[in-house]
Amino acid sequence: MVFCMDDKGFTHPYIPNSVPSVKEEMLREMGAMDAEELYAQMIPDRLRLKAPMDLPDPLPAEQDLRRHVERILSSDVTCEDYLSFLGAGCWQHFVPEVCDVIASRSEFLTAYAGGLYSDVGRYHAIFEFQSLIGDLVEMDVSSIPTYDWGAAAGNAVRMASRITGRKEILVPRIISPSRLSIMSNFCHAVAEEDRIAINFVDYDPKKGTIDLADLADKISSKTAGVYFENPSYLGVIEDRCGEITKMVHDLGAEAIVGVDPTSLGVLSPPGKYGADICCGEAQPLGIHMLAGGGSCGFLASKDGEKYVGEYPARLMSITDTVEEGEFGFGQCRFERTSYMARENAKDWVGTTVGLWAIVSAVYMSLMGPEGMRELGEGIIQRSHYASKLLNEIDGVRIPFDQFFKEFPVNFDSTGKSVTEVNNALLEHRIFGGNDIFAEFPEMGQSALYCVTEIHTKEELDRLAETLKEVLR
Amino acid sequence: MSGTVPRKYHAAVWNEPVIHQLSNEGERGVLLPSVEPGIVEAVGAAIEYIPPSARRRVAPALPELSQAQVLRHYLRLSQQTLGMELEIDIGVGTCTMKYSPKVNERLVSRIAEVHPLQDEGTMQGILEIIHKFGHVFLKEISGMDEFSFQPPGGSAAAYNNAAMIRKFHEVNGELEQRDEIITTIFSHPCDAACPATAGFKLVTIFPDPETGLPDTEALKEAVSERTAGMFITNPEDTGIFNPEIDEWTKMVHEVGGLCSYDQANANAIMGVTRAREAGFDLCFFNLHKTFSSPHGSSGPGCGAVGVVKELEEFLPVPVVVHEDGSYRLDYDRPNSVGKIRDFMGNVQVVLRSYAWCMAMGAWGLREAAEISMLNNQYLEKKLLEVRGVTKPYSTERRVDQIRFSLQRMKEETGVGVSDLNSRVIDYGIQSFFTSHHPWIVPEPFTPEPCETYSKADIDYWVSVVRKVSEEAYSDPEVVRTAPHRSSIHRIKAEPLNDPARWAMTWRAYLKKRGVMR
Repeated sequence: MVFCMDDKGFTHPYIPNSVPSVKEEMLREMGAMDAEELYAQMIPDRLRLKAPMDLPDPLPAEQDLRRHVERILSSDVTCEDYLSFLGAGCWQHFVPEVCDVIASRSEFLTAYAGGLYSDVGRYHAIFEFQSLIGDLVEMDVSSIPTYDWGAAAGNAVRMASRITGRKEILVPRIISPSRLSIMSNFCHAVAEEDRIAINFVDYDPKKGTIDLADLADKISSKTAGVYFENPSYLGVIEDRCGEITKMVHDLGAEAIVGVDPTSLGVLSPPGKYGADICCGEAQPLGIHMLAGGGSCGFLASKDGEKYVGEYPARLMSITDTVEEGEFGFGQCRFERTSYMARENAKDWVGTTVGLWAIVSAVYMSLMGPEGMRELGEGIIQRSHYASKLLNEIDGVRIPFDQFFKEFPVNFDSTGKSVTEVNNALLEHRIFGGNDIFAEFPEMGQSALYCVTEIHTKEELDRLAETLKEVLR
Repeated sequence: MSGTVPRKYHAAVWNEPVIHQLSNEGERGVLLPSVEPGIVEAVGAAIEYIPPSARRRVAPALPELSQAQVLRHYLRLSQQTLGMELEIDIGVGTCTMKYSPKVNERLVSRIAEVHPLQDEGTMQGILEIIHKFGHVFLKEISGMDEFSFQPPGGSAAAYNNAAMIRKFHEVNGELEQRDEIITTIFSHPCDAACPATAGFKLVTIFPDPETGLPDTEALKEAVSERTAGMFITNPEDTGIFNPEIDEWTKMVHEVGGLCSYDQANANAIMGVTRAREAGFDLCFFNLHKTFSSPHGSSGPGCGAVGVVKELEEFLPVPVVVHEDGSYRLDYDRPNSVGKIRDFMGNVQVVLRSYAWCMAMGAWGLREAAEISMLNNQYLEKKLLEVRGVTKPYSTERRVDQIRFSLQRMKEETGVGVSDLNSRVIDYGIQSFFTSHHPWIVPEPFTPEPCETYSKADIDYWVSVVRKVSEEAYSDPEVVRTAPHRSSIHRIKAEPLNDPARWAMTWRAYLKKRGVMR
């Protein structure tokens, strides 16, 4: 081993002062023989480790390290190796090269929390992210992003609860179970009276949309907000959004809408049909899936004290400088955040996904209104082409027909479970849709298929042909 | 070191407009493949599939730019950002602005197109890395038994731990009785705000005003049958290590509470002291701090949570388990808190941290800790020679950082830490982290010279503080009116908090300025 405790001649490339003579000189200046002597002046003996840590031999040479990690990852398959129809909260979309170039810029990649005069570009880019999200959803306020859609929805329902002083939220019964779990954690509390109850609104079994009669039954003057998604977790396009938000507003509650931004070139924006607060997931906007590491939740709302004062996240505002025609950027109402107010803050804030805000701003700028329209239209044509092909297969059923990019595919009549179907597809280098049988048993043996602009006709044909074969 | 002269840096000045102002109708930044004729023939137009009430009638007001123009704009914005890799980022203490090895970015690109719901058999490699990073590295570094990498940041990890403690007491039927969390004022604000969001009441302990040591007598008075747990940083933001920390955890345990250790920054104690021996039940490490993943303009990060065996059942799902020679995701955990973040969290951050630990090994991790601690002693000595800088509290030795004060300078010159903070950037170093609120230490700043920085780097950084101090005493106006070499001039701050003028989006800005579009 080239690298051990007593090898005083070794210098680590990540640690300049590990040069033995430098370290010795620093110790000498402190009047200490070794670091342990200094640690002994800070940390009691009983708490200090007496032996070196027991860890694998290191690979300090970059070439060795690369070989080691790449060998471990070499057996893994990606959605570029196989044909994938997985979605359910993380989606495979085309990532323009410029997004990757900006994502890897040292300045953005390694900045953190610098000031408004040293990180002018970062502040500016974050403001543009908020602005571009605002354009897509047609709302005037948006914040620095949060971790994922679930966290954004959790923030949104807590905002609604504070705004109305009410403790009940209605959500669709068909919702991403992960998202619901994240929201449930946000709504739970220690004392009974502090908890926000989450109650479910049923769906129209034929269309998959919100059941308005059930909503009318459940909503009351105790309801803080109604959260619904467009498109829904199962991909269904909601066609009565305006009626829903009106029912919500009639009872003094907040209308909260979750959206997939890739739909907003073609679907009506939430600001148009009466949403008060909007949230969603920006991962499809130029961010790689990264085994789930690409999530980026966004939050937007109407303007005014009522909403702005309740954001847990930082809000970047544009302003002028003393120089005519020059912009500056700074934080709005910073005192409401936990950095200032600790336990009295509007929830908590922390390091989230700043880099993804910048990358998705690049994406939205590249796409423009026309790109977003083409994206939405292209997805719809491809997803409906795929569903048409699948629907023609014996025993396969597509329960809903009003959908955007995701749709459940039911295999009940094939006599096969989704697990069996997906295992068979895997043999043909295809990732079938995510199995939702355990999530929603009432849907039977169903998988949630996702089709986007990355899929070609040949690939969709291949899916259908392969399914026919494995179901035979 | 006295020979070190601060360089007259000047930030890039692009006077870049907001991207909407660069828009030209009809321009395109990127094209998507056309929908093939076979598809169009089979399904017709997309609009037919959107119910009329759900159609977008007016295109979004996104800007229209060609590709080179978009790239140029964001490159210019990047140039107006003082990233860690371009400078000596010692000033941002508690954040461990260390070097993020570039090779790790290449490794991350291998998982770019992995979907988190892929069949487990197709991602054994990445699952192995996640599992080993916990069970080989963090286990040894913390002494904890089981791990989760789902929390996507340090505060998210504190929130996760609050949710786990809530669940623990709920399952034991004691939640109603245990509604208090204890923290210290020098622990990160998330240690107060996250338990509060989870519904707990906070009890905050202040330090001994003379020594700065956490006040053990105050803890004795704080613990009771209402104590659900304690959330605490150690060493605290002052760099002071609580030498009675094991007594603290014991006192909380004696009344039935759990102890959560905020190890967001554990950089100078790796291989020196551990959560286990200090008596903690839960802990978390910020992988974007101690474990080298880049800070990413404030994320994505990871708050890696470690817990003792007894709390394993409460971890968020899924947990990566190793059984019969293969790795799988275990969701079957009835007492789990469920989800804190979708999927497995920021897996790329874990991958980088694994690679970093493999490059360091036991010796390297301990060396990083020792050099960070030594760098801090070295910085202290040099910095206290600068006029106007003092080190509050009598506790002599500090571990990884020190909360210094410029109160004396403020009193003597009128120049305080926010002025200084605007001036240092004229010499090419990042603004300091001062302190979270409240400012117990007046005019605070908190540098952290981690192992990335050489003696020459530290010398340079101190030379800037010295230079600005000299300016404060000789020509305070130049400091008070700083920055002078930033990308922009001084901002007008009042509109930021004025509902009639604040604007979080370009569309709001146009409306408030009376511009229709």
